[in-house]
Amino acid sequence: MDLRTAIQLGVIGLTFFMLINASALLVLAERKIMGFMQQRYGPYLVGPHGLLQPLADIIKLLFKEELRPKGADKYLFTLAPILSVTAAFAAFATVPWGAETTLFGLLDEPVRLGVADVNVGLLVVFAVTSMGVYGIVLAGWASNSKYSLFGGLRASAQMISYELSYATSLAAVVLLAGSLSLREVVDAQADTWFGFLPQWYLFLQPVGFIIYLIAGVAETNRAPFDFPEAEQELVAGYNTEYSSVRFALFPQAEYINMATMSAVATDLYLGGWHGVPFLTELGLGWLVFLVKVGAILFAYIWMRWTVPRYRYDQLMQFGWKWLFPASVLNLIVTAALVLYFNA
Amino acid sequence: MPETFVFYAFSTVAVLASALVIGQRNPMYSVLLLIAALGALSGLYIQLDAPFVAVAQIIIYAGAIMVLFLFVVMLLNAPREDAAEWDRSHPLRQPGIGRFGALLATLLLVQLAWALMEVNAIDAPVGSRSDAGTVGSVAEMGRVLFTRHTFAFEATSVLILVAMVGAVVLARREDGEA
Repeated sequence: MDLRTAIQLGVIGLTFFMLINASALLVLAERKIMGFMQQRYGPYLVGPHGLLQPLADIIKLLFKEELRPKGADKYLFTLAPILSVTAAFAAFATVPWGAETTLFGLLDEPVRLGVADVNVGLLVVFAVTSMGVYGIVLAGWASNSKYSLFGGLRASAQMISYELSYATSLAAVVLLAGSLSLREVVDAQADTWFGFLPQWYLFLQPVGFIIYLIAGVAETNRAPFDFPEAEQELVAGYNTEYSSVRFALFPQAEYINMATMSAVATDLYLGGWHGVPFLTELGLGWLVFLVKVGAILFAYIWMRWTVPRYRYDQLMQFGWKWLFPASVLNLIVTAALVLYFNA
Repeated sequence: MPETFVFYAFSTVAVLASALVIGQRNPMYSVLLLIAALGALSGLYIQLDAPFVAVAQIIIYAGAIMVLFLFVVMLLNAPREDAAEWDRSHPLRQPGIGRFGALLATLLLVQLAWALMEVNAIDAPVGSRSDAGTVGSVAEMGRVLFTRHTFAFEATSVLILVAMVGAVVLARREDGEA
């Protein structure tokens, strides 16, 4: 194995490592930001400023007793959390998080920062995230509990409904970039207008960006669209009967999905690793990428602790009567403009 | 040969899962095994240099259609099928019908064997053909779909529309009909 292959494998391992840690850090960030918004400290006791709290949580969850309800389906009850978290990791496989780099001239051939680069990368992300719903639906069904079943049903209805708007907003970006490869979409946004305004698709697709973010919140089942686990109605929804590691995998999948959504949004609308020219030239564009992803993740958490939960019928009405027509209109207008300007 | 290994891995999963779909007593398991079979098939498409077909397979079949299947099976709470509960007097279980079924099955087997022999006659694998690069390209796929195969494409969509209308008509209850 030559050096380049070894480094490429290292990058893939690093991506995996970052995703695992992203879920732990996001739990901490969520609790800290929630504490700040509610005028209290949040976790403060484990480690300096509570920084080691995720570690303590993981150890606690690992040593809890694993319970399985008597009427639960033996195999599917175990399979469901595994499916959830596998789909969450796999969805990140085609998301690039930095420009191709030679590591400051160390290598002759550049390595790519990201796992795989395929010409239908965007579709892969979409396909794999849509598989994530099985984990939740199966968890709901296999638990043999009414709360879990309702959680699972809500999750599938919600995710199918919002997937449409989600995919349609993605299609508009694909029209602009003329490519389904995420790396090519990012590189299409490298230049600037008038020498200072970066050519991010955010400015060409403001409606699409908002639709993407809203549909993304619904797809990851977070507040204000967290119906699958609405505490006041369903105890904890699809994961009511879960405990120990099996339980821990569900929030982990949720946080990794959040990270994927934010990373894809950064690649599609915020110019990925472009935007700060001197950092890009130094080969440190991935820092810019991380900052942008962090900003979107903060907005996610911010939204959760600011906006109250919708009602279930309102969710469906909003999805089908407003979001979906808006995204189709956005797609048609984009297609017409692309045709007009390219002709 | 990693390619050969991957091919046999996916093929084994596809064949085993498809066989088990029929063998399950619990319809939930059948649905899930079908999803596994579809996933393995999509892996084979990737090996054939057709990533778009592979991903479309996952999005459309595994992602959309199978979720609806799962939904229906879950909501109907379909019971396990046990041999003792089989209805012996069902019209489809008459001996004449059984013989007709056996004839159809034999025909299918012969057809499959014939098709496989024809495939052997084409020597070169897809990857080595001169147009291998264009097979996987989305743009090329769209161009062919909307030029050479327009009629088939439109006819299929009309067929699906008719099926949808048919389903609505069949499922609809007239007033007064409980």
